[in-house]
Amino acid sequence: MTVDAKDVSESAPVQKATRDIYLPPERKKISGGDTTHISAKEFSIYYGEFEAVKRVSADILSKYVTAIIGPSGCGKSTFLRSINRMNDLIPSCHTTGALLFDGEDVYGKFTDEVLLRKKVGMVFQKPNPFPKSIFDNIAYGPRLHGMNDKKKLMEIVERSLRKAAIWDEVCDRLDKNALGLSGGQQQRLCVARTLAVEPEVLLLDEPTSALDPKATAKIEDLIQELRGSYTIMIVTHNMQQASRVSDSTMFFYEGVLVEHASTAQLFTNPKDPMTEDYITGRFS
Amino acid sequence: MNIGTRKILDRSFTAVGIGSIIVMAIALMIVVVPIVTNGIGAVFFTGTIEHRKMLLNEFRRGDSENLSSEVASSERYRANVYNMLTGFEAELETMAPEKKAEYKGKYSQVRSALQALLGPLPGDSAPMLTRSKYGQTRWEKAEEKLHDLLYESKWDNSNPDVMSKEYFVNRAIGFEGTSLVKLFPYVKDNLEKMLLPEFTVYWGFITDSSVDSHFFGGIWPEIQGTFFLAIGAMLFAFPLGVVAAVYFTEYAKPGFLNSMLRSANSTLAGVPSIVFGMFGLAFFINTLKVSESKSVIAGALTLAIMILPTIIRSAEEAILAVPKTYREASLSLGSTKWNTIMTVILPAALPGILTGGVISLGRAAGETAPIIFTAAVSVGSAIGLADVFSSPTPALSWNIYNLASEHEAASQIRHVQYGMVLALVSIVLLLNLSAIVVRARVSKKLKG
Ligand SMILES: Nc1ncnc2c1ncn2[C@@H]1O[C@H](COP(=O)(O)OP(=O)(O)O)[C@@H](O)[C@H]1O
Ligand SMILES: [Mg+2]
Repeated sequence: MTVDAKDVSESAPVQKATRDIYLPPERKKISGGDTTHISAKEFSIYYGEFEAVKRVSADILSKYVTAIIGPSGCGKSTFLRSINRMNDLIPSCHTTGALLFDGEDVYGKFTDEVLLRKKVGMVFQKPNPFPKSIFDNIAYGPRLHGMNDKKKLMEIVERSLRKAAIWDEVCDRLDKNALGLSGGQQQRLCVARTLAVEPEVLLLDEPTSALDPKATAKIEDLIQELRGSYTIMIVTHNMQQASRVSDSTMFFYEGVLVEHASTAQLFTNPKDPMTEDYITGRFS
Repeated sequence: MNIGTRKILDRSFTAVGIGSIIVMAIALMIVVVPIVTNGIGAVFFTGTIEHRKMLLNEFRRGDSENLSSEVASSERYRANVYNMLTGFEAELETMAPEKKAEYKGKYSQVRSALQALLGPLPGDSAPMLTRSKYGQTRWEKAEEKLHDLLYESKWDNSNPDVMSKEYFVNRAIGFEGTSLVKLFPYVKDNLEKMLLPEFTVYWGFITDSSVDSHFFGGIWPEIQGTFFLAIGAMLFAFPLGVVAAVYFTEYAKPGFLNSMLRSANSTLAGVPSIVFGMFGLAFFINTLKVSESKSVIAGALTLAIMILPTIIRSAEEAILAVPKTYREASLSLGSTKWNTIMTVILPAALPGILTGGVISLGRAAGETAPIIFTAAVSVGSAIGLADVFSSPTPALSWNIYNLASEHEAASQIRHVQYGMVLALVSIVLLLNLSAIVVRARVSKKLKG
């Protein structure tokens, strides 16, 4: 077991560049949010011969919200899914370079991807609750990890649902099938299900693209709520959303990380002309 | 294409579709109606006093007091018949030798027709076979036998160019001028009083063992044997098939070996069942020696091999139909592959897996060829659960064939044959229905 909960202070010291991205003078620092949580170094991801993500180097600060934007097919999902090794499901997929989580190599020989995924939770584009009751959906993760005490499970379920701001809507029908919920509720349920495992990182892959505006607003509020408690990475093709919810933004183009800057700066004063073209809508 | 042509095309397609469905329905009716009507006749029929005697003697069932009063009333009418017989026998002795010889032949035919109708006659030695201890137990059969008594069947083969034709001669004419001539109208008029037909519901047809190779009694050993074989086959094939399907879908690396295994599996699903029967004999009995000779276990194993490919394929399909997103969701929560399979994939695939399983169960219940050499005997009693490792068993599928083709008196027990067919069809139908119900219920539970 290599990806262990280390004392955060032991993590690699935060580079000045990273600090500039996340902590520009006008922003308030999140307590505990000054360590590098995830760090990519010359990190490439291939599908067979095809290099979908190209030599990306970036540091993600813990407890902040990082948005990933870019035209579709530029490798956003691929990059995100590499962080909790969901790409392992695709046999042709392999990586070069290094991706560090808490200073440990995610693709190291001895890394336990099951433990890694416990710490790096993920919410998918399409809500994907299990065809089980709402309770069983939330309790699925804790049960997996050995929690069987009914009372404690109930506590976890309630806490997770409250954190995901859906408790009030479902508290009277926990035994009902989760597939009966609306799309927006299902997505928040999926967030709650992920939170129930008590991860450190929350990966969100276009979590609102299948939802209506009202449900989208709820998810965005939820991200604001969770900011400061979890390191959040959100892929979105909606630039307003990125600017609303994130502290820093990464812009990908054809697998290359073109620019990584504080959200305010990236949207008002992008350094790269390509970024400017994209955010001004000259291509998409 | 303009609207007119499109409409004509749509209409004619609808017409063809409906037409073919109607043809199918008619064909189905032609098959099913006689099976159902005749099969039901094995349980619901007009039984005679002989049936009630048989039930009391062979199965200790029925009201003996009531029966003896019935017997008394029947014997009153039968006594006249017996008297006529003894009268004619006395008359025979007084005849001239060549006349006596002529009548003796005809008389013995009459006697045996009467025996078939009423059971042993006074003066007969005690019969060896149970079937000869009783007259006709079913009224419709009694009417047939009455015809045999009244008319002699002869064959007209005067014209060698056409098939010989059967024709009937009134027996009474042959006895013109003797005392026996009165017998024929008497039996004809008083048959009901001698046999006392009444509407009978014989559930024992389902729960009794057969007596004297299906002349009397029921088909319980066959039903039980069918269940033993089908469920036994399932016990082997279902877990094995599901495990194999999980292996194919979740663990097997794509490659030469894997595609070989898959096509082998598909081929196996198309192998004629008689081949499985031979294989079962050669492998399970002669090579592995799971039993001395035919046994339930050998038959169940053979059936298991036969249904395995179907179970694997349907389970594979069910597993592949589980949305990829469930797998992703589970894995992303830190679940292991094994846990994901056990707690998410298999439960979600359950309706499909169960459906495939139950349909295979129906197939195992219905197949004949695989059990001919490995498990089936034509007539036997119900075996205990402990005997499955050593004893063969009768089974519906095999006994339907056996009773229809190899039984020495096949034409006399048609009702049993139809009863067996109906029982088998009902079992298979019931299994398939339950598959539908289970599927609907599990899917409903999954969908919420
Ligand atoms: N399973 C896969 N096998 C091969 N190529 C893939 C696979 N998934 C994605 N790709 C390719 O990788 C590139 C990046 O895809 P993706 O990360 O899904 O883009 P995005 O999420 O930014 O829209 C695309 O060109 C896509 O075609
Ligand atoms: Mg994507």
